[in-house]
Amino acid sequence: MKKNLNKKHTINKVFSYVSKYKPLIFLSVLFAAVSVALTLYIPILIGNSIDLIIDKNNVDFDSILKILINVGVMVGITSALQWLMNTINNFVTFRVVRDIRNEAFRKLQELPLSYIDSHQHGELVSRIIADADQFADGLLMGFTQFFTGIVTIFGTLAFMLSINVKITLLVVILTPISLFVAKFIAKSTYDYFKLQSEIRGEQTAFVDEMIGNQKVVQAFSYENESLSRFDEINEKLTKASIKAVFFSSLTNPVTRFINSLIYAAVGLTGAISVINGVITIGGLTCFLSYANQYTKPFNEISGVITELQNALACAARVFELIEEPPQTPDEANAVVLSDVKGNVSLENVCFSYTPEKNLIQNFNLNVKHGQRVAIVGPTGCGKTTMINLLMRFYDVNSGKICVESCDIKNISRNSLRSNYGMVLQDTWLKNGTIRENIIIGKPDATDDEVITAAKSTYAHSFIKNLPEGYDTVVSDSNSGLSQGQKQLLCITRVMLSIPPMLILDEATSSIDTRTELIIQKSFAKMMKGRTSFIVAHRLSTIREADVILVMKDGNVIEQGNHKELLNKNGFYADLYNSQFSI
Amino acid sequence: MKKLLVYMKGYRKECILAPLFKMTEALFELFIPLVVAAIIDNGIGNNDTGYVIKMCLIMGTLGLLGLICAVTAQYFSAKAAACFAQKLRHVLFEHIQKLSYTQLDKIGSSTLITRLTSDMNQLQNGVNMTLRLFLRSPFIVFGAMIMAFTINTKAALIFVGAIVLLSIIVFGIMLGSIPLYNKIQQKLDDVLEITKENLSGVRVIRAFRKEQEEIEEFEDTNNMLTTLQNFTGKISTLMNPLTFIIINFAVIILIYTGAIEVFNGVITQGAVVALYNYMSQILVELIKLVSFIILLTKAVACGNRIEAVLEMKPDIISPNDETACENSSYIIELNHAYLKYKNASGFSLSDINLKIKQGETVGIIGGTGSGKSSLVNIIARFYDIEKGDIFIKGKNIKDYQKDNLRNLFGIVPQKAVLFKGTVRENMKWGKKDASDEEIINALTIAQAKEIIDNKENGLDFIIEQGGKNLSGGQRQRLTIARAIVKNPEILILDDSSSALDYATDAKLRKAIREIKNNPTVIIVSQRTSSIQFADKIIVLDDGHAVGVGTHKELLKNCSIYKEIHDSQFGTEES
Repeated sequence: MKKNLNKKHTINKVFSYVSKYKPLIFLSVLFAAVSVALTLYIPILIGNSIDLIIDKNNVDFDSILKILINVGVMVGITSALQWLMNTINNFVTFRVVRDIRNEAFRKLQELPLSYIDSHQHGELVSRIIADADQFADGLLMGFTQFFTGIVTIFGTLAFMLSINVKITLLVVILTPISLFVAKFIAKSTYDYFKLQSEIRGEQTAFVDEMIGNQKVVQAFSYENESLSRFDEINEKLTKASIKAVFFSSLTNPVTRFINSLIYAAVGLTGAISVINGVITIGGLTCFLSYANQYTKPFNEISGVITELQNALACAARVFELIEEPPQTPDEANAVVLSDVKGNVSLENVCFSYTPEKNLIQNFNLNVKHGQRVAIVGPTGCGKTTMINLLMRFYDVNSGKICVESCDIKNISRNSLRSNYGMVLQDTWLKNGTIRENIIIGKPDATDDEVITAAKSTYAHSFIKNLPEGYDTVVSDSNSGLSQGQKQLLCITRVMLSIPPMLILDEATSSIDTRTELIIQKSFAKMMKGRTSFIVAHRLSTIREADVILVMKDGNVIEQGNHKELLNKNGFYADLYNSQFSI
Repeated sequence: MKKLLVYMKGYRKECILAPLFKMTEALFELFIPLVVAAIIDNGIGNNDTGYVIKMCLIMGTLGLLGLICAVTAQYFSAKAAACFAQKLRHVLFEHIQKLSYTQLDKIGSSTLITRLTSDMNQLQNGVNMTLRLFLRSPFIVFGAMIMAFTINTKAALIFVGAIVLLSIIVFGIMLGSIPLYNKIQQKLDDVLEITKENLSGVRVIRAFRKEQEEIEEFEDTNNMLTTLQNFTGKISTLMNPLTFIIINFAVIILIYTGAIEVFNGVITQGAVVALYNYMSQILVELIKLVSFIILLTKAVACGNRIEAVLEMKPDIISPNDETACENSSYIIELNHAYLKYKNASGFSLSDINLKIKQGETVGIIGGTGSGKSSLVNIIARFYDIEKGDIFIKGKNIKDYQKDNLRNLFGIVPQKAVLFKGTVRENMKWGKKDASDEEIINALTIAQAKEIIDNKENGLDFIIEQGGKNLSGGQRQRLTIARAIVKNPEILILDDSSSALDYATDAKLRKAIREIKNNPTVIIVSQRTSSIQFADKIIVLDDGHAVGVGTHKELLKNCSIYKEIHDSQFGTEES
């Protein structure tokens, strides 16, 4: 029941997108109706002309010529209408899909981070790209074939009735047989197809894993085992594939056979009717051609319906994304911060990603402007959670975080975030030039400013050596830059705009320690007078912090400066001393 | 594509029989208009109901024979295509196993996966449809033309003209639109890239408040895609109306010519009907042929991509028989080794000389991109060196059989990769017949025992694909255990404790030193704390070994080492 409701909802939603193009759709339907009617009328004219070709020395050339000229004109009109109709259909489909894609992408910008973090990116991308594409295919097919198919069926029926009722009845009674057979075959092959796609999925997963990690496979000389496991799945797949393909490919020959039987039956009754003088030979020709045409749209429509169902399923997946609740919007009178000094306080903050697992509980912290806060702890202790909360990527469950004594829930996100400079552990570069990547936080920066910033982070020297210098095009996945160089670019990005508060997430972990030493000097420059939150493994960075937050299992378990914490002889002291033990 | 046809060899019977039966079916179809003509001329002409019934029975029989032929053909083609794909998948998978790291770097694993899966499916479908339709459609088109010739030469010439015109239009539009379709695909890829990039950079984008600009960029690209699609659509939708016009004008001419021929007593009325029916058959077949050709071009493209992978010859070749090891006091020896990656401009390692004794612990340290991993990779011959020699146990590594060489090493790669399956299965990668005791021992050394202790089913705990249900540190420790299970003579840890905290890292190093058979250990690290107790430390800088010695020696006489050390500990400690 719920499924039906969903389907109905999806269909309504599709209509709401399509209705924008109502006049065009109306034209398309009109053209379809006219062109189908003409297409069907042409065989009648041809039949009439054949009736005029009776025997030697008994041909009415004048009338034939007249009819043929008519046919020519109709063919011309039909073709033109067909082309127009198809072009309109294309236009509407591509526009609708474009609109849906745009809306989905817009939605992506407003979704809470929790949604994006908890969904595989590949899956979200495939909704916007592949599913939208599949939907377009289905919609186009629906537009072009569904309607013409129905018009053809009724049109053919009407034309046949106008010639002879009895033979028409024969066709109408016999045709459903081929439909039943087609449906029967489709139903019984469904299981084979399901099996085939299941095994395909299994094989893809296996290939993904083994080939994706081919280097490990080779390092452990696992090639032969891997191949024999692959062959096992391969064998299963082949068996399932033969069955699925063979049984499904029976549909065509079988329906063709049944159609040929109908053809023969029409031929028989038609010919006898001619002998009895009920219809003419031209009429028989017409009937034979209609008998062929009448069954075809049935097969097509059943094909279109499966295609449409698939398209709707795809559309439903895109719509699901579009209808996802967005993050709580900024309040109408949200505060825009001005003159931020960098006073941050957390009061009784509680937070957890899932209700079952409490993470941060009643956490309090008061950071005065210019202070340096280091967040440390073993792997997976939830250090990045702090960043998520400070930047308001996630909202706290209870308690509040204040910047300059103003609850960040009352501050506009743009204003809050513009006051933070953030460098994350996972470097991210946009597809574009190095310059474009650096000025992302300050689009109106001059070249001099860019170069100054790059010099201060020591990125200038390697950028200079790139083939196109600051105009070298880089992207996240394929940049030709080393991890360290990417990191330097991300730091330069922040250096250029220098907001009053900084968040540095293990930013230096993938840069070698010598370069890091240099960067730290410029960091120190940058951090001077600015509040900074640093997530780091390196103890040298931590030692100089004003406040150290020691986190374990998502909770802050110790808080204080280096000396205080060492004297406490707790978890931090353990962590620190382990560096020198063996 | 041609070279792939070799793999059809085992299915020659099916490949010949399938089209043959398909053609026989088509032949039966071609007879139908003749039968109809006979009904009109003889049956109706002579008012002979019995003759009409007989002819209709013949039509039914032709249909039945056609059905039998078609079913046989479908079976053979389904079988041939599926078996061909199976064989090709096997060959391709096997081939990939032999490719070197250099080649894997060049192709990229995502490409290889697409070749093995979706490309292969497309190809299988293409082969299947080719066997079914490749001969059938042209056979009907030309068969109809030949049949027309048997009826009347003048009328048949109209067929020739129509077929020539149709071919020009069908192929012209197709050839014209294929590059456009490629362009659409590229634009779609652009849209996909933007979406992917947006998701992976979501935090940075929001931190820099770039949402609106991202939307604008997306919509621009999306609009370009839509414009291109509409343009291409306008051209490709010309196909149907144009074929419709040509066929119908041919019919008009045909009927007029037929009328003249009937008037002159050359042919009968029934023959005109037959000619008209043949023309209709051509139209139906043509529509099928067009969609088939589109499918075929796609399949051929897939086939070519698969072939390109198969044509890459493995570039690391090891001998089949091997000589015995010579006696050497060193387990690993590098003489003036140089490494240059393909397409790289300079050497990644230059003039490396190194001698390591059995049982020594060796540390490799250096900055990002200094060549630490490269050094490890050439020792295990994942990459071949450009110049110089590498000896393992006194024998040149190029004289080792691949498996024998790799069996000496236990390698923990930088990226902690685990495979779907139980912990036990993953541990057995190192040693096929490892006992639970051996596995638990290795887990203990790798500080990974607590991971399975916390799980209900212990060694039977199922690791999800990519180790998703474990943390980074847990994965890293398990990959270390996997290498230790192997009980290797040389254990290589390639910066593989980066996700471990200092305390665990220290415990791990201690446990490794206590392994019974005393393996030679090579530790690559960025942290001096991880390697400072090694027997020997190699300091790399830009591919050159700038210092070799113990921690103390290097602090004294290697400025780069001292800098690295100081940056991590601060000067006051040293």
